Amino acid sequence: MIVDPCAKCEEMLQPYLDRVLNDSERAEAQAHLDGCDYCARRYRFEETLRQFVRQAAVETMAPDLKARLAALRTPL
Amino acid sequence: MADTPPETDARRIAVEARDRVRFEEEALDLADQVYRVARRLVGTREEAEDLMQDTYARAFRGWRSYTPGTNLRAWLLRILTNLNIDRGRRAQRAPAMQPIEEGDYFLYDKLAQSAGDPIRDEERVVERLSQDSVVEALSAVPHDFRDVVVLVDIGEFTYQDAAQILDIPVGTVMSRLHRGRRILKRELAETAVGE
Repeated sequence: MIVDPCAKCEEMLQPYLDRVLNDSERAEAQAHLDGCDYCARRYRFEETLRQFVRQAAVETMAPDLKARLAALRTPL
Repeated sequence: MADTPPETDARRIAVEARDRVRFEEEALDLADQVYRVARRLVGTREEAEDLMQDTYARAFRGWRSYTPGTNLRAWLLRILTNLNIDRGRRAQRAPAMQPIEEGDYFLYDKLAQSAGDPIRDEERVVERLSQDSVVEALSAVPHDFRDVVVLVDIGEFTYQDAAQILDIPVGTVMSRLHRGRRILKRELAETAVGE
């Protein structure tokens, strides 16, 4: 069976960015990325997307909530 | 048998009070970080605040079961996710067998298509997404998947920590994370591109 190398690279995107590929898998992905602009662009996008999601999802805690939490402490 | 001398008792009480205060202060210092995760596990600010208060009340009561030197943020989030599950939101099962799903390049391809002209800087493609679209897309991810995505991608926990917090195997964390991120990207494509 012939495996589409870009489809295989797509499958490795998440574990690659999570740094959980073993050495030979990582080398295989890297070799493909070095020669494939199509996949390299999509990997760079994914990396940026993850940062964006992390930042966009942040909602600051209401200032009074911390005081309400502190009020739950055991009195001395 | 002689009673414990009163000064030893007093000392024990003082040491315990000191340890408890230290625990409470460390837990409160982490409140912003715990809230960041809590807020994305539930739908509204009010629910997140309730969950935080229940979590801290339980943590302050049960502080002796925390082992100093271990990951306190993970310990607090374990309480929080358990409370969240206890609230019965697990009545609905995640659609684990739902056929899916677009691959990992799907969102990029949709955004690139919608741009109309060739993309020169793919890192700027992401700028076509709004903060609101991320929040909306996350809330559309089914709970079982969302819990893992929020813990790992927003809370920046390791797979192992997420597995302990949710009391599921690491392999399950990995598969839910993989799938949850794909669902998130599909939702982002829907909100951003309308497809």
